[in-house]
Amino acid sequence: MSVMLTNTGFTQEAFDAFLAERSEPDWLADLRKNAWSRFDEMSLPTSRDEEWMRTDIRLFKLDKFSLAVESNEVELPRALLAEGVELGGRSVSVDRRSVECQLSEKWSNQGVLFGSLDAIVAEHGDQLRPYFERHLVDPHFDKFSALNAACWSGGSVLFVPKGVQIDEPLHSLSVMSDGGTDLGKTLVILEEGAEATLLAESASTTVDAGGLHCGSIELIVEKGARLRYVNLQNWGNGVWHFAHQMAHVAANANLQWTIGALGSRLAKVNQRVALIGQDAEAQVNGVMFTQGKQHLCYNTHQHHQAEFCQSDLLYKAALQDRSRTVWRGMIQVDEGAQRTNAYQRNDNLMLATTARADSIPGLEIEADDVRCTHGSTSGRVDDQQLFYAMTRGYTRQEAVRMIVSGFFQKVFDRITIESVREALGEAIGRRVRDI
Amino acid sequence: MSETLKITDLHVAIEGKLILRGVNLTINRGEIHALMGPNGSGKSTLGNAIMGHPSYEVTGGAIELNGENVLEWDATGRSRAGIFMAFQRPMAIPGVKMADFLRHATTNVRNPERKEGEELIPMRQFRKELTEKMDQLRMDTEFARRYVNDGFSGGEMKRAEILQLAMLRPKFAILDETDSGLDVDAVKLASESIAEIGGEQMGILIITHHDKLLERNTPDFTHVMLGGKLVETGGVELARELYTDGYDRIRTSYPEAAAAEEAMTEVEAV
Repeated sequence: MSVMLTNTGFTQEAFDAFLAERSEPDWLADLRKNAWSRFDEMSLPTSRDEEWMRTDIRLFKLDKFSLAVESNEVELPRALLAEGVELGGRSVSVDRRSVECQLSEKWSNQGVLFGSLDAIVAEHGDQLRPYFERHLVDPHFDKFSALNAACWSGGSVLFVPKGVQIDEPLHSLSVMSDGGTDLGKTLVILEEGAEATLLAESASTTVDAGGLHCGSIELIVEKGARLRYVNLQNWGNGVWHFAHQMAHVAANANLQWTIGALGSRLAKVNQRVALIGQDAEAQVNGVMFTQGKQHLCYNTHQHHQAEFCQSDLLYKAALQDRSRTVWRGMIQVDEGAQRTNAYQRNDNLMLATTARADSIPGLEIEADDVRCTHGSTSGRVDDQQLFYAMTRGYTRQEAVRMIVSGFFQKVFDRITIESVREALGEAIGRRVRDI
Repeated sequence: MSETLKITDLHVAIEGKLILRGVNLTINRGEIHALMGPNGSGKSTLGNAIMGHPSYEVTGGAIELNGENVLEWDATGRSRAGIFMAFQRPMAIPGVKMADFLRHATTNVRNPERKEGEELIPMRQFRKELTEKMDQLRMDTEFARRYVNDGFSGGEMKRAEILQLAMLRPKFAILDETDSGLDVDAVKLASESIAEIGGEQMGILIITHHDKLLERNTPDFTHVMLGGKLVETGGVELARELYTDGYDRIRTSYPEAAAAEEAMTEVEAV
């Protein structure tokens, strides 16, 4: 049963009503108002903007979506990443409302906060304020980042105090119903020496659902902390997916960030990692599988700001039908970031001649003692490979699936969480069509 | 009843160009046949056509396995029916471990009715068998963990093909230049291996230039291919003659086939 509200779009009136409904500290309301005025001033990006040259959003109509939070009763999609995993906590939200939130007492007793950002910021506002004010995602970057900063709701947060090492994964599922609007914000903070694994997935209620996701993710990994963060995007194939994501990795800290991109009609994601203290390390893994007319564009940025840091990015995409991926990768090394070791690579496997993958690596290096490498490959499943496997008893379909899973093996080898490897492998296997 | 792979008046074209122009060959299980002939005479084409390569178009004739029409099956069906080819240049499949590839292949070939997603041979049982076969072929067990033909040397590829032959235990096997690119010792090992893995239970068609592979696997019949036809059949002595003296006598005796061969190689040269 769903409560129908008038679609008010993103007007000043709607924003005022949105703010009035929320009981938030003044500093947060001020941040929102500030971002809103930027949102109001800016227009949607067009193909004249360099970043958007390859991503056409002329069919996207912001007015079709609404700021009002609807209350829908839905059947939850199956959570893929948590299967067979002993969890330390789980959090589920539907259309920006938290419907379930658990954290094992073992962790809450040690000061760990986990759950809906809405609820936790209301209770622990002062504790979270400095992290909000760091503005990892720049609210002025574009109209989407401004919209999220002004109007985020629901969302999720994980705060792990100094030295607390959570040895069970935490899981969050964010669900959107057909035609819905998701303006989620994710905030993860690991204080000095803390450790955690967070498996986050987003999904629609049905495979064909439409909607708008305009989100942000901010990961703060303080000195010596270790975060494994997995983000599986499994939106319905009518969803517009715009996201700004940013991680700060401090001295001696370590971040392993894995992205699975399977869903949405069109995705434009800016994924940025900044290594801000000496000896920080980041590993970024991307697994993409596209089909139909999907268009997935990921702009990745590895920003080396301090000496002796390492970053290692591997994005692998398999494409079928008329789908398209765009990967633009940038390694930026500041003047002071000597002895940087940075790597970026993008491999694409074309399963149809009608699919297209653009791969645009880039380097901006201002230091003079660095090691930066990049590469990209594009290949297709070839008939000789298929024939060879068939002469060994494989059906054509089995052969295609095997070749695709082999293609992803290298990135799966890097993903240290078994349930994630299996979930991604299975989801991809199910999607591979006979060719 | 003895099992038979029977090829009758086989005509095969690639991209509209006729390569095989009426091949007749009957192989009974337990027999070894050597197929010799100059480069470009159509030997590998015969192998690929028997396996059902989609680029090789059968324009006439028949291939039958125990009376059943092989041409109706795709490569999967043929391999599950017990026909195997060791390729001259096997394909690499990056990211797929040899052991996983073979476990899947072995299961499918041994249970021809298996549907995708159904149980594979139990891991322990498969491992044991694979290790035994690798020992027999004097292969390092590390080999099983490498990706299929990925970065293999020429010799490693050929040995991997023999390992697959050993695991799949086909009724009929085509060995396409399994000896080329191998040094003398490797050829000796390969030929011993084929004998050891129960070659006597298979019908084998050996496509070769070497005498070494035939030394341990003495052919019951030797066939000479020229210009897309089998022009002469003899015993082991014919194989010896050909690798000692070459094909001059054959070309002279069969001027029509020699002319066809010349035309085929000229087209290739253009």
